[in-house]
This record gives sequence, C-alpha cells and structure tokens, in this order.
Amino acid sequence: MNKPKHKKLTCLGIESTAHTFGSSLVSLDEENQGTIISDSRSVYQPPPGSGIHPREAYQHHSDVCSGVLIESLRKAKMDMDSVDVIAYAGGPGLGPCLRVGAVVARSLAAYYHKPIIAANHAIGHIELACMLTRATNPIVLLVSGGHTAILAFSNGRWRFFGETLDITIGQLLDQFGRAAGYASPSGAIIERCASKSEEYLLLPYTLKGNDPSFSGMLTSAKRLLSSGKNMDDICFSIQETAFSNLCEVTERALAFTEHDEVLLTGGVAANTRLQEMLTEMCRSRGSTFRVIPRQFSGDCGAQIAWVGLLSYLHGMRLDISKSIVRQSWRLDQVDILWRH
Amino acid sequence: METLIRKGAEADIYKVRWNGLLAIKKIRLPKGYRQPSLDAELRKRRTIHEATLISAAKLAGVNSPLLYYLDKSNYSIYMEHFDGPRIKDVLDDPDLGTTKIFEAVGRSIGSLHREDIIHGDLTTSNFILISDGCLGIIDFGLSFRSNRLEDKAVDLHLVKQTLESAHSAVADEMFTDLIDGYRSISGDESTNRIKSVMRQVQRRGRYARSV
Ligand SMILES: Nc1ncnc2c1ncn2[C@@H]1O[C@H](COP(=O)(O)OP(=O)(O)O)[C@@H](O)[C@H]1O
Ligand SMILES: [Mg+2]
Repeated sequence: MNKPKHKKLTCLGIESTAHTFGSSLVSLDEENQGTIISDSRSVYQPPPGSGIHPREAYQHHSDVCSGVLIESLRKAKMDMDSVDVIAYAGGPGLGPCLRVGAVVARSLAAYYHKPIIAANHAIGHIELACMLTRATNPIVLLVSGGHTAILAFSNGRWRFFGETLDITIGQLLDQFGRAAGYASPSGAIIERCASKSEEYLLLPYTLKGNDPSFSGMLTSAKRLLSSGKNMDDICFSIQETAFSNLCEVTERALAFTEHDEVLLTGGVAANTRLQEMLTEMCRSRGSTFRVIPRQFSGDCGAQIAWVGLLSYLHGMRLDISKSIVRQSWRLDQVDILWRH
Repeated sequence: METLIRKGAEADIYKVRWNGLLAIKKIRLPKGYRQPSLDAELRKRRTIHEATLISAAKLAGVNSPLLYYLDKSNYSIYMEHFDGPRIKDVLDDPDLGTTKIFEAVGRSIGSLHREDIIHGDLTTSNFILISDGCLGIIDFGLSFRSNRLEDKAVDLHLVKQTLESAHSAVADEMFTDLIDGYRSISGDESTNRIKSVMRQVQRRGRYARSV
C-alpha cells in the first residue's frame, strides 16, 4: 500500500445488499492502520423453508435503518460531526435492498455536507479481510450467498481466476437447507449436522478448469434427502465434496500464480471444516493460510466503510447526484487505486 | 534418477529416465484434506482420462506428449518430455510474436473440438513452446469427450478467463488471435455459434440472479 500523508479519517459505512442492514464506523490513522470503532447490524430472516424476498427485505431494512445507524454512532461514542466521509454499498445486490442504504447515505451526506462514496460490496469482503488479517498479496477465496470466486490482484484490479459456473456455495447450502425445511441462511445448521457424521456418500464433483459447478451436487443431495438418507450424512457429504472442490481451485490458483498466501473471506468463511481443509492444503504446499475473523465474515457495514476510506484517501469523489446503485456491479470493474 | 521439476495443482512432475529416454513422470499424490474415497476416485478418474485423451489428441492432429507408460498402482503417467518454456512464461517477452503463438493455440483447440475432445484445462501453463517453434499441449486430466456446444464454449471461456486474470493488459488481443486460429479450423458458422453460447455461459455464474 502506498502512503499519502493525511490526518486520521473516519468513515460511516452502510451495508444493505441482501439480508443485512449494517452501519459501522471505521477509522484510518496517519500510519494507514484501520480500526473498526463500531459495527451494528440487523438481519432480515425469511420464514423457514423460503428464501429472501426482495420486497420483504426492503421493508425490513427500511424499518431498522435509523435504529441501526444510531446504535453504531452511540457505540462509537461519536456524532455525525466527527464523520469525514460516508460510504454505501453501491452493489452488487438486490435492487430494493441496495436502494435503502443509498437513500440513507445520500440523505446524511446532503444534510451534514459530507462527501459520499459508493463501495463495491465484494471488494469490501476482500479488503476488510486483508486489513484484519494483514494479508498482503493473497489468492482470495470469496465464498458467500452472492459469490463463489477465486481472485488474484493483478494490473490494478482484483481479477477472477475462477468462478462458479452456476450457483454459489451459499446458494447450495441455503437451497438444500430449504428443501430440508430449515430457515435461511442455513450454513450454520448444515455445519452442525455435518459434524455429527462421518459417513461419506459420493456426490457429483464438478470442476471445469478453474470454475467449480454445484448445481448437479444440489440435485443429487436433494434426491438423497427424498430417498430417506440420513440428514447428517448428507450434510457431511455436501460439505466434504463442495469444500474439496473449493480447495482444489484455490490450490490451482496458487500453483498457477506462484503466490504463497491464501485468504478466506465472505459469509461461508465462518465454516470450521472449510477452514480446516484449506489449512491442510496450504500446509502441504508451504503456503500461509489466513481467514477473516468470524465476526466480520458475514455482510457488515465495516467492509463498506473500509473501502470507503481507501477510496477517499486515494482521491475518489462521487457527485451526490451520481450516487446510484448497480445490481450487478462486478468486482473486476473496480480500479483498486491503493494497491500496486 | 528422478528430479522434481514442478509441484502442479494436482500432481508432482518429475524428470526421469524411462527405457533410456528422458521422460516426464506425472504422479497424483493423495490430498490430505479430501475424503479418502473421493480422493481415490478423482485421482483414478483423472489419471485414466489423461492417459486416454493424451493419445486421442494425437488422432485429432494436435501435438500432445507421447504416452510411454501408465502405472495404475500409484496413479502415475510416464510421457514424452516437451523441452521449452510454457507460454505463460514468455508472454512478457516483447520480441516474441504473440499473435503467431495464439493463432497456434486457437488451431490446437479447434482441432481438438473438431474431434469432440474437450481439453477442460486450457490455461497458459498447459501450452509449451517447443524449441523448434512448434506448440505442445499437455495436462489432459480434466479432458473428456463431448459434442455439446456448451462444453466447447466453457472450454473457450476458461482460456479467456485465464488471459483476463493473468495477462489482463494484452488479453483482448490474445483472445482475438486465438479465435482467428480457431476459426481457421472450425469455420465461421460453428465458431460464431460457440462464441454466442460462450456469452450465455459467462452471464450465468454472475451475481445478477436473486440470492
Ligand atoms: N510432458 C511435459 N513436458 C514438459 N513439461 C511438462 C510436461 N508435463 C508437465 N510439465 C510441466 O509441469 C507442469 C505441471 O504439469 P501438468 O500436467 O500441467 O499438471 P497439473 O495438472 O498439476 O497442472 C506444467 O505446467 C509443465 O511446466
Ligand atoms: Mg497444468
């Protein structure tokens, strides 16, 4: 990271791409060290057996936004005067959800005369993980409801080394969970079931070059479920198969790029078994494994605030009239001004 | 005499002597993170696919290594050693005509596809620039037979993705040259059809869908 001279900066970050409405205060000191001062959130919970409904999530976010915002300021013992810049999640995400965060950020920026920044949510997962783990130039495995990608920084941007060809790992877990009647997101429940089994059932393992594919596995797992196979065994087998696939693509990226550092981030990064498998893969290659702390693996305001700070520090400015949201804003469209 | 020359993603690569010849031994060792039954299944499947398709590629008129020997007991393959750099390692050399290289890459892929062989792992580390100027293609572990447009499109999408992630500054130019080479083998109609399926494939995995 290069180091422009500056005073200590504080950013208010607003996250609202999917289930979570989050608000966080993050600071960047004169030495470019980041600190999360506060991080508040409220998560929309769809009824068991159904997925996220954009309009209901929008309603949830609208209902909780001011409460979450106030809590984050109170916990930080700060008021809006001490905020230097406001960042919101500009995408990718669900349109109605994104708009709530953008409206909150825009109103605050206009009223308090603060600069505004649109942060890319996926870049947030990556950069916050780098900040918290002190990773420098890692192969990133980004695993969440919205993403399953293997990324490497090159020539000014984070680039896709590999990416799911169909559904994400989060969708695999949630859709299987829903078929079994669990509430979404169901990653934690599936992990708990899996930990009770050691009976491995062979599931389709699909990898095309550097791109994993999970839809065939989902179909087979659902079929096992309706044929009356033991739930714990199926969960165990889904995890073992899907995570092996992720380890393999990550190892392929390490071999190809000749990097020696892996960084795991995104909501599914909280899974202990996935961490364990990646640890073993990295050990066998002599690479370093890092993972974002569980508390910040899921969607949160801090990831938005941190990207807001880095962008602001490197001269990014956004006219408030252009503070739009983009539902499918790809992370490889973002210039990463703070890395070389 | 065995010298480890590379730790690939899934295999260790040794330079060995085989029947008096200088050869490559590619051995797929167990992965400690994987369930033993899945591990054995993958190593076996890929070793056999590789041994089968490395030879089938020759029938398609593509320069793949000669298969010397297959040892199923430890999932290893002995094959011809291609002497030369991987194209991944020479792309930054300004004196090198990358156009010629990528046209040749495109012709190789076109020739495989014409015979319904999907390579499955088309990265720039799997093409070797052999000293006399000709191009060798290796690593058939993820290869399979298919006549589906979709599979051919995914194959091309993978090359494009590798170029964009690892060689982004020159990726567009390289891919255009590659398609020129591909077209010279597959013809306009089939090339255009595959390119349009490729665009669909690229849209599919992306965030735009609802969560
Ligand atoms: N026949 C060969 N001749 C020369 N080099 C080879 C040969 N086979 C493999 N290599 C070298 O080893 C590397 C890894 O081999 P590869 O077959 O691609 O294994 P992996 O499936 O692990 O990628 C290649 O990138 C190349 O540098
Ligand atoms: Mg290879």
